[in-house]
Amino acid sequence: MTAYIIRRMLYTVPLVLGVCLITFFLFEWMFTPRLRAIRMLGEKHVAEERLQEVIQAHGWDKPLFLNLKADALGVANQLDLAGLKAKALLLAANAGLQGHRVVTDTRFSQHMARLLLFRFGRSEKTNEPIGRKIVNGMVPSLTLMVPIFFAGLFVSISLALVVAYFRATYLDLGVVIVCVCFMSVSILVYIIGGQYVLARHMKLFPVYGYAPGVHSIRFLLLPVLIALLKGLGGDVRFYRTIMLEEVSRDYVRTARAKGLTERVILFKHVLKNAMIPILTRTVLHIPFLFMGSLLLERFFGIPGLGNMTIEAIESADFPVLSAMVYLGALLFALGNLATDISYTLVDPRVRLR
Amino acid sequence: MAEALLRVRDLATHFHTEGGVARAVDGVSFEIERGEMFCLVGESGCGKSVTALSIMQLVPSPPGRIVSGSVMLAGEDLLGLPPGRMRRIRGEKIGMVFQEPMTALNPVFTIGSQITEAIRAHRDASRGGAARMAVDMLERVRIPDPSRCMGLYPHEMSGGMLQRAMIAMALVCRPVLLIADEPTTALDVTIQAGILRLLDDLRRELGMSVLLITHDLGVVAQVADVVAVMYAGQIVEYADVKTVFADPLHPYMISLLRSLPTLGTRKKKLDAIAGQVPDPRRFPEGCRFHPRCYMAAPECSRVNPELREVRTGHRAACIRLEGYWQPGSSPPVTPVTRPRERARDV
Amino acid sequence: MNEELVTMQARSLWAEAWHRLRRNRLAMVCLAVISVYFVLGLLDMIPVARTIGTGEARTPVEGTLVDWLFARVVGEVTKEESYVPPGEGAHVLGTDIQGLDILYKSVKGISTAVVLGLGTAAIYIPLGLLFGIVAGFFGGLVDDLIVYVYSTLACIPGILLLIALMTVMGKGTPQLCIAMGVTNWVGLCRLIRGETLKLREADYVLAARAVGAGPFRTIFLHLVPNVFHIVIIAFTLGFSGIVMSEAVLTYLGVGVEADTISWGMMISTANMELTRHPVVWWQFVSSAVALLMLVLAFNVFGDALRDALDPRLRTE
Repeated sequence: MTAYIIRRMLYTVPLVLGVCLITFFLFEWMFTPRLRAIRMLGEKHVAEERLQEVIQAHGWDKPLFLNLKADALGVANQLDLAGLKAKALLLAANAGLQGHRVVTDTRFSQHMARLLLFRFGRSEKTNEPIGRKIVNGMVPSLTLMVPIFFAGLFVSISLALVVAYFRATYLDLGVVIVCVCFMSVSILVYIIGGQYVLARHMKLFPVYGYAPGVHSIRFLLLPVLIALLKGLGGDVRFYRTIMLEEVSRDYVRTARAKGLTERVILFKHVLKNAMIPILTRTVLHIPFLFMGSLLLERFFGIPGLGNMTIEAIESADFPVLSAMVYLGALLFALGNLATDISYTLVDPRVRLR
Repeated sequence: MAEALLRVRDLATHFHTEGGVARAVDGVSFEIERGEMFCLVGESGCGKSVTALSIMQLVPSPPGRIVSGSVMLAGEDLLGLPPGRMRRIRGEKIGMVFQEPMTALNPVFTIGSQITEAIRAHRDASRGGAARMAVDMLERVRIPDPSRCMGLYPHEMSGGMLQRAMIAMALVCRPVLLIADEPTTALDVTIQAGILRLLDDLRRELGMSVLLITHDLGVVAQVADVVAVMYAGQIVEYADVKTVFADPLHPYMISLLRSLPTLGTRKKKLDAIAGQVPDPRRFPEGCRFHPRCYMAAPECSRVNPELREVRTGHRAACIRLEGYWQPGSSPPVTPVTRPRERARDV
Repeated sequence: MNEELVTMQARSLWAEAWHRLRRNRLAMVCLAVISVYFVLGLLDMIPVARTIGTGEARTPVEGTLVDWLFARVVGEVTKEESYVPPGEGAHVLGTDIQGLDILYKSVKGISTAVVLGLGTAAIYIPLGLLFGIVAGFFGGLVDDLIVYVYSTLACIPGILLLIALMTVMGKGTPQLCIAMGVTNWVGLCRLIRGETLKLREADYVLAARAVGAGPFRTIFLHLVPNVFHIVIIAFTLGFSGIVMSEAVLTYLGVGVEADTISWGMMISTANMELTRHPVVWWQFVSSAVALLMLVLAFNVFGDALRDALDPRLRTE
């Protein structure tokens, strides 16, 4: 088992590296230093010196991949070995490791080190250490996402079981229609509409806000409810499909031939088999609970990671954005690993080799 | 005479499909005595499995429906029972074994738990007591190391062993009737004989009747007491096994036997029955076999023969048979004295 | 002859699917709705020179066929009184803050949605199809590489990748198409690759290769027609996702440009409008309903299409 986990984690390494490459490409390469500086200053026409000031201050003037301007090069020149310049460079690079500016002092290595070593640096906008921001933002996000996750799971599976029990009746058809309709409404409509009708108009919930600790509950009720409604359609439909597939299998016929009640067949035999694909889909989502919901947090003023990401978008705060994207990828890899492991725990046919 | 254990009368089960109504079982009647090995034999699609499912009322209900008939088990009509009563009869009075043991058992539960579940659904037994009964039954079906088998999952066992386990599960509550739907079809030929022998032995040991469904005449010859041959949703020949094999009457049965290769003879071509099994949504007019029958007469396309006792203890459904018609009545068609003589070779 | 047999198989699959689909009345209604939307959307791309005003005040104005039709059917669209509620005057659905007719905006939003859907499809379908078939067919190192690339992309949560791409590229419809195309090709690629792997061992493919057909010929004649149903299903079911993503991205400020009329734009302004006294609800409701009808039609039709073509894909 441990060998399997280690093997899977090793496979994740090139994926994470790939993600770092992608974020580098997007944020450091495509967006040139000039553009970044202009964006940061937020003005249309900026003087050249101002631009250079900003660029240098943030270290954006360093070369992308290979830093040949290191002092090491100076050393090599002194050696003046024209034909052996490359070798000299290498020697110099080695020497540079002892404190001189090195060949590898590039934006690329900076970016990679930042992500891989979890030294995210500071937010460009607020200058706060990103690491601390993330840790602070995780708690509100979790208080929002965890109830949504569990409530959603419970309600969806229960509904799906009920529908599977009453399959091919009008109740079944009705639920399917309702699910498709619920699924087709944009989440913005749910949020804006829900906020307006339930909070502003009917005054059942506070419109937005957040309070730490236990007091957060009354602020979380509406967003959780809205998220539940939005997710219900797709989830129930998916779980229903899975359960109906299981119900048509041979072992169900055998169970009936044994004289078991429909209820036992559904809740014991079908459910246990259906849990396998359901689990696959669900465990994958668990790591993302940490990331929060972009829209819900924004609309309801919950200071979680989702809100942080949106603020980063609005101010083009790339260190924060690349940190969030990187985090998302890591969590995804974790989710995949957890899914595989849970698979082996639930399905006796799958045993780790 | 003792009353038959199972008496099926005019059973008809139809399926409503996109292309029309498929009359899978269309007027089937037979009796199974206590302790008897009754074989229902026929090609794929003739309705034999649907007959079994209809007896158990396990026919998938949106497309399928039992439209008429009666199924009397020890004098009680199963088709008239409320669903709760029928459910209690399943597993306790009638056990059923299916064709593919690999898919017929739940892959996420152990064999032991599935058998004990069957016990505790019908009997008041403790976990330990049920487990003991299960091990006992597994031993009876000749599974080596039954206690270990209890903790195995279906995918950890071979096909033959799984089928024995399924038989154990079906018999653990000592039903009076076991329905076995092609129990050996999915297994290796070498395993088949063992399973058949097991079924026969258990029948005698437990004093139960067996309804064995198969398409394999070899299986029938090995274990059957009574044979009913089905074609296109109806029984066309019905007698004890010796009679059916030694003196077949219905041209379908004769053709089937003729198509079996025999050791020792040299034949250039294998004889298959010309034509194909008809679509249950569109049966031919009159006798359903007549388009493929070597002794069909024009009248055969107008009359759908019912199953009648042509000789003592030997029923057949063919209007061309002497003995089908009452003495003194004028049959619409000249009867054939020895149907076999009309076949090309014996 | 083998090739004929294969294309015959492919054709009969479509014919049979169409036959089954035609009997599904609900699906046909949805198809009709989709067609209406698409016709309106495509008509909006035809520029028509027209003039507004009469007599001395005639001014030439740029517009499309839809503008022209709208002018004929409902009336000329000008910036009038802002926030007229529905029903008053000539405005069936009211006006927005600039005084533009909401019905007009809703209809114009169709073309944005259609352009986005088709534009994104024009990017992700070739990408997904190409890489999926190449990966599945050639296997080995090529397959490993392609799987690595799309696994890496798939690692990044979709919405974040979209936001990241749009932040870098800037707002705008073509940018949206590229960004959503880049995020969407992975799903299709996976499905196509899976199907190609299965088909690679199919008898008719082996037969074609035994006869000496080269890889490209095999691919185009035998594989593409037999995986194409996946493409159609993916397009139909994915269209609604694309249109809904536009709304979210526009709200976040990384969607269409500010002067483009889109339902996302309309919904985004709704947020502020709903806090006014008296409440301005008609822009929100109109855009939400217009969006809902298209998404619903695509979802229902897509489901029916998938069931007609390949029910196995239901749980994928």
